[in-house]
Amino acid sequence: MFSYCADPDTLSGLTWLSCYLTTGKHMQFYLSFGTVLLLLAITAPSALLFGFFGAASARSRVWPIAWFGKGYIAIVRGVPDIAFFLFFVIALDQGFEWMRHQMLCPDWDQPIRQGNDFIVCAEAKLPRGNTAQWVHEVYGFFLAVLTFSIVFGAFAANVLFGAMRAVPHAQLETAEAYGMSRRQTFWRILVPQMWVYALPGLSNLWMVLIKATPLLFLLGIEDIVYWARSLGGTANPRFTDYPHGDWRMWYFLALLIFYLGFTRISEIYLERLMQKLTRGQATSGGDAQRKATA
Amino acid sequence: MSCWQTVQDYGLRSLGIGERLLPREDFTLCEQVTLIGSGLLWNIYFGALALLAGFFLATALAVGKGARNRVIRKSASWFIFVFRGSPLFIQFFFAYFAFLQLKSVSPVFDPFTSAWLGALIVLFFNTAAYSGEIFYGALRAIPRGDIEAADAYGFAGWPRFRRIVWPTMLRLAWPAYTNEAIFLFHATTLVFFSGFPAWQQRGDALYYANYFADKTFNPFVPYPILAGYFILLTLGIIALFGLINRRLNRHLPAAARRGLKLRINIIR
Repeated sequence: MFSYCADPDTLSGLTWLSCYLTTGKHMQFYLSFGTVLLLLAITAPSALLFGFFGAASARSRVWPIAWFGKGYIAIVRGVPDIAFFLFFVIALDQGFEWMRHQMLCPDWDQPIRQGNDFIVCAEAKLPRGNTAQWVHEVYGFFLAVLTFSIVFGAFAANVLFGAMRAVPHAQLETAEAYGMSRRQTFWRILVPQMWVYALPGLSNLWMVLIKATPLLFLLGIEDIVYWARSLGGTANPRFTDYPHGDWRMWYFLALLIFYLGFTRISEIYLERLMQKLTRGQATSGGDAQRKATA
Repeated sequence: MSCWQTVQDYGLRSLGIGERLLPREDFTLCEQVTLIGSGLLWNIYFGALALLAGFFLATALAVGKGARNRVIRKSASWFIFVFRGSPLFIQFFFAYFAFLQLKSVSPVFDPFTSAWLGALIVLFFNTAAYSGEIFYGALRAIPRGDIEAADAYGFAGWPRFRRIVWPTMLRLAWPAYTNEAIFLFHATTLVFFSGFPAWQQRGDALYYANYFADKTFNPFVPYPILAGYFILLTLGIIALFGLINRRLNRHLPAAARRGLKLRINIIR
């Protein structure tokens, strides 16, 4: 990157390091931190959406919907989340291809599962074989985001379901007394009030979500773990201008520090948000704030 | 080949006992159930040992975080922050590569690079940090009256901690600690996906489930089997911790009747 990097063999010390850390590969490594942030930015709202629908359906009076909602909430507590990650990535992919197969090739007469193969017609393949590389990468990332949203949506549904039950019952009864329908009570009374009760659980979930981002690696995305592994490995002088020994330990130390800083910053901001939301609330936190100012 | 024959061949495959070659084609349901169940032994090994050892370190960390001595307090807080603030997945990677470096320094570190010891140490520290934070919260939530009563009876120092503070702390922390135990067992599935090699394909339950899903390209059989095993394991943990919970609460009036039932269970 710098002009003095033209001949790496002559460099030493800090100048060598400055050149080493700005190679094209390292730039891709730094970009992959953006991938992690992008994943968080997309997953957090969509998981909240999944969670909201999960919690709402668990409250439903129609029992198949309520069972579906409750089952969705319960299943992730009993099974490791990583198993879901590995499962959904293949299952979603096959599910999409199967649906397209049904639509696009109605006169296909062979079975889809032949021995150890999953075969759909060529038109149903996702993404199509002749598309550009970036389409494949975007599709992989989309599958990963969907998987994260489903799994963390279940956690969020658990939190929101609890928060909905924490809203004082008298509030809902009052709404009924005023002649509101169930739908109106839900949207105008329950939903605006539940957030204060949900925030501790949701901020906890945000922390868990941050710590789950390295699992992107298992979903086949070229994320920070992938780059740390490949850049840190022993670099042979025959293949690179910057030979070095096995530095994977130091790369992962850097990732460790990155995550520690990230969680620390999140903690500080969530604490401030909580302070703001408890202002004027009829909770012990709100009382403490009133006493402090008085 | 009958199913019983499969169980004999692969039941302890994850420990290296029985048939050496994994099945390669025409996977039967029996083979999948047997091998994934065999891998579950590793999850139980990691979870149980880490939990048991972590319990004692967690108590020390909780007391340390509440200590008056600044050095002890700061070091305990930092330990907890480092292990709670970073992903376990990255901790596994870091520890594995750190042990690899140490191995080249001295052969003493040879066993640390294999999963049975290296991953166990990481899980031990990790669960100690999480439970330490839970115990610390419980320590601060002990009713003041309990401590005052202990003082009035002339308890001080170690006997006061051993007989009053510690049991009350455990009682208050137990529901959260049960949750931590469940998630620790779930976390053990990460071990063989994070650098630690599965030597001679001796892996845990998820390792075998992933093996079958890769070979058959059909995730709808092995992963539900794995889920079934883990739901059973979770129910087992809840039952065991529920027993301990009843024992911890046995002096409380509301739980007195349940305490009677519990004693029968313990004798059995």
